[in-house]
Amino acid sequence: MPLVDSPLSACLALLAAWGLVGVAGLLRPASVALVGRVLFPLGAAIGAAVAWVAAASLDAPVERATLIIGLPDLPMHVRLDALSRVFLALLGAASAGVSLFASGYFRKGEGTPPGVLGLQYHLFLASMGFVLLADDAYAFMVAWETMALSSYFLVTAQHGIPEIRSAGFLYLLMAHVGAIAILLSFGLMQGGTWQFSFDAMRGSSLPTPWATAAFLLALFGFGAKAGLLPLHVWLPEAHPAAPSPVSALMSGVMLKTAVYGVLRVSFDLLGEPLWWWGLVPLALGLATAIYGVVFAAVQTDMKRLLAYSSIENVGVLFTGIGLAIVFQGVGMEALAALALIAVLYHSINHAFMKSLLFLGTGAVLHATGERNLGRLGGLIHRMPWAGWLTLVGVLAIAGLPPLNGFVSEWLLLQTFLFSHEVPRPFVNMLLPLGAAVVALSAALAGYVMVKFYGIVFLGQPREASLAGARDVGGLEKAGLLWLAIGCVLLGLLPTQVIGALGAATVQLIGSAPDADAQRWWMLAPLPQRAVSYSPLILLAVIATVIALAFVVVRLVYRRPVRRAPPWDCGFARLDPRMQDTAEGFGQPIRHIFAGFFAMERELPAPLDAAPRYRVIVADRIWRGLYLRIGGVVQRLTDAVAWLQQGRISAYLTYSFITLLVLLAVML
Amino acid sequence: MSAVAWLTQVLEVLAALALAPLFLGWVNACRAWLQNRRAPSLLLPYWTIRKLFHKDAVIASDASPLFRMAPYVVFGAMVAAAAVIPSMGTGLPFRSAADAIALVGLLATARVFMSLAAMDIGTAFGSLGARREMMVGFLAEPALLMIIFVASLISATTALPLIAERLALQSPGLYPSLAFTAVAFTMVLLAENARIPVDNPATHLELTMIHEAMLLEYSARHLALMEWAAALKLFNYACIGFALFVPWGVSLGDAGLAALAGSIPVLAAKLAVAGVWLALLETVSAKLRVLRAPEFLATAFMFAVLGLLVHLLLGA
Repeated sequence: MPLVDSPLSACLALLAAWGLVGVAGLLRPASVALVGRVLFPLGAAIGAAVAWVAAASLDAPVERATLIIGLPDLPMHVRLDALSRVFLALLGAASAGVSLFASGYFRKGEGTPPGVLGLQYHLFLASMGFVLLADDAYAFMVAWETMALSSYFLVTAQHGIPEIRSAGFLYLLMAHVGAIAILLSFGLMQGGTWQFSFDAMRGSSLPTPWATAAFLLALFGFGAKAGLLPLHVWLPEAHPAAPSPVSALMSGVMLKTAVYGVLRVSFDLLGEPLWWWGLVPLALGLATAIYGVVFAAVQTDMKRLLAYSSIENVGVLFTGIGLAIVFQGVGMEALAALALIAVLYHSINHAFMKSLLFLGTGAVLHATGERNLGRLGGLIHRMPWAGWLTLVGVLAIAGLPPLNGFVSEWLLLQTFLFSHEVPRPFVNMLLPLGAAVVALSAALAGYVMVKFYGIVFLGQPREASLAGARDVGGLEKAGLLWLAIGCVLLGLLPTQVIGALGAATVQLIGSAPDADAQRWWMLAPLPQRAVSYSPLILLAVIATVIALAFVVVRLVYRRPVRRAPPWDCGFARLDPRMQDTAEGFGQPIRHIFAGFFAMERELPAPLDAAPRYRVIVADRIWRGLYLRIGGVVQRLTDAVAWLQQGRISAYLTYSFITLLVLLAVML
Repeated sequence: MSAVAWLTQVLEVLAALALAPLFLGWVNACRAWLQNRRAPSLLLPYWTIRKLFHKDAVIASDASPLFRMAPYVVFGAMVAAAAVIPSMGTGLPFRSAADAIALVGLLATARVFMSLAAMDIGTAFGSLGARREMMVGFLAEPALLMIIFVASLISATTALPLIAERLALQSPGLYPSLAFTAVAFTMVLLAENARIPVDNPATHLELTMIHEAMLLEYSARHLALMEWAAALKLFNYACIGFALFVPWGVSLGDAGLAALAGSIPVLAAKLAVAGVWLALLETVSAKLRVLRAPEFLATAFMFAVLGLLVHLLLGA
């Protein structure tokens, strides 16, 4: 049942509507009432409409159009196919929740005026949508750069603070290094035809070395946007700097445009990927996953912690992409499709979970003004809505059944179980070991999330000022609820989700797992193997046991519960300072994974009157790679600066020498 | 699904609920005998649970609803886990709803809820215990997953009852990979169930405690559920071990009532031997310092990964 005649024109109209909503904010840029109460909810409605149009037309045929905007010789091509639709649905559905929350979030007096922020925000959304629709390199790069710039301005919304400005600069720098690589990749893929439409790229057949170079450049470029090791350094700087709804969008949605880009290039534009290409994203993904989660465990700033957790999830996604490429390259289509399903599913899951968690931190940040885990605690009492809804996200991202994080993890692990069948010697023995890394990072994610939730929401408030924390308002509640319900539904109805995602794998790989081969509540993607998982039945059994236990316990014992001060082994003078801190919770990880960190410790002497303990955990890659590259660039610029004497005679001499050289060359 | 299958399913869950405290009592009694002490009654865990159910519940004044919810969730997860472990028969109707990966997920759910509840009051012991429990967990969980992976590579499925069935039907030759994983599994079992050398189930008020530290604020019926869940966890782990390493003697598929009846004494014998084995291990090893626990578990993880590698190299 097509909703409108052409889903593509509907999508374009909705993206334009996002732009218009943004521009409307400029009418009264200082008015919180207009921007917050009218424009952001409108943006949320448009997001929901985008998701609906995209999801309802998943099985519809590919649609193409040429837009009249653009340069005279370079018309913009757009195309709506199954892969675009999946990611558009992700963008629309996640952004609807974020926009709802943002309606109540932005207030006066926080850097950029709300109207301008609204413009940047909606341009960001529209440009992400356009990235997904673009069908030539020119349109793609314009949208990609608009996305980078609008998000740069959003990151630096509170530009009065120097750290935020430098975080924004780092983000912009990495975004452009990545964009250059993507541009070069497109340059290679046109294959000498000088036609930059994606159709021409699909048609051109590249020799293997050039195709490999194009793939690696695309991996570098999109990896920089996604935060793949070692290009991840901007993430933990930019995410905490941005306002929380923006962090939610960047982490939840923008990182997925990079996943989209890699999938588009490797499976669509380059045609048949070679099997060993997959080993690169696979190895990098595994390294990224473990690196991200280990660093997340030692963070003391709640938004940095979530940023590192996003790096971990990007690692998991790239691991899945690598597996899909390997399977596709050796001709095991069914498994390639399953790996790809795991990637797409995890992309959607992460969009919901991570947006939910970032919005949860936003609620905490607004209520307390505090991002440091060492000054939070006990907020579940003061902010029950934010607390309980964040718990859903925490359990989901920790990969616990029956929520959604578990489903994609399950699919990925199932795929890994077949990797020993890859008919390549040696590789088939190493591939299954990747499952160990995935399992380890998933278990560490549980550690990270217990730390995050336990320290922020549970325990005693670590500061007296936390007693005045207020819970979220109505619109913010609605936004959180939207995302939490998304997490639950994605977890309980995997068969339906996978059935819907099948259209994208058919497009990219040519086959789809028949998820609903048996029964609608039973996920059994590999009928030849007896593997299945049914979250609904699992939940029903657990719920029955809990209900029975509750009833039986109540029958045995009916008297009410007595409240008393905490026992704490009889220790009477309990103080919030005695709770574990974020540093303390990270201590085992610092101990076990000491090699990952560059640590500076400041320990108190035994007889110090005012003892002070401090530990700074820094990124070795930042010091070892980036600061070195920065040093080299600095030296080069210093050398070049010597030419800039500032005297007119020097410049005249340069011109003279240049003329002489040119004459010599000409003659 | 036949009626026998449903009967097996119900019987297994009930047996787990009923026998778990007895198994715990048996392990404790064996340990006492080995250490030249007079053993407590085998039924002591039952009496403890009964006593706790009849006590007044006292809860810290600033406990959140999460604290009161957690014992039920932990208990529910453990019972659901018992439903997919083939302790008596492999034709379980529930086996298609949750495979071994979901089983590991269920155990992780219980752990996360227990740790969160421990952090809820905000005592030093609670958060300390939660941190250590998660530290043990993040190494033990992937190790267990790898152990299950080796078995599922051999048997080409991840459903635990089917793994047990296919392993039981193969000739009882020795798989080198399973030998490695058996070592890893024993180490994981000791760590996950708060036994020596990682934790000591017999002490309170020790700075090295893990499991007990998390339960300090619980009393009465909540504590009873937590204790029962802990006994169930030990029972479940023992039965996972039987399914992976000594799967013989369970009723295979739809084998009928006679086979089911025959599997009951087999299970009892296995549990009796396992209890002695556990008590022996606990008696001959010393408690590790908490800082050493990660090394112990990392060894378990490496053994499991080695098992996987051995399987891939030898194909056995």
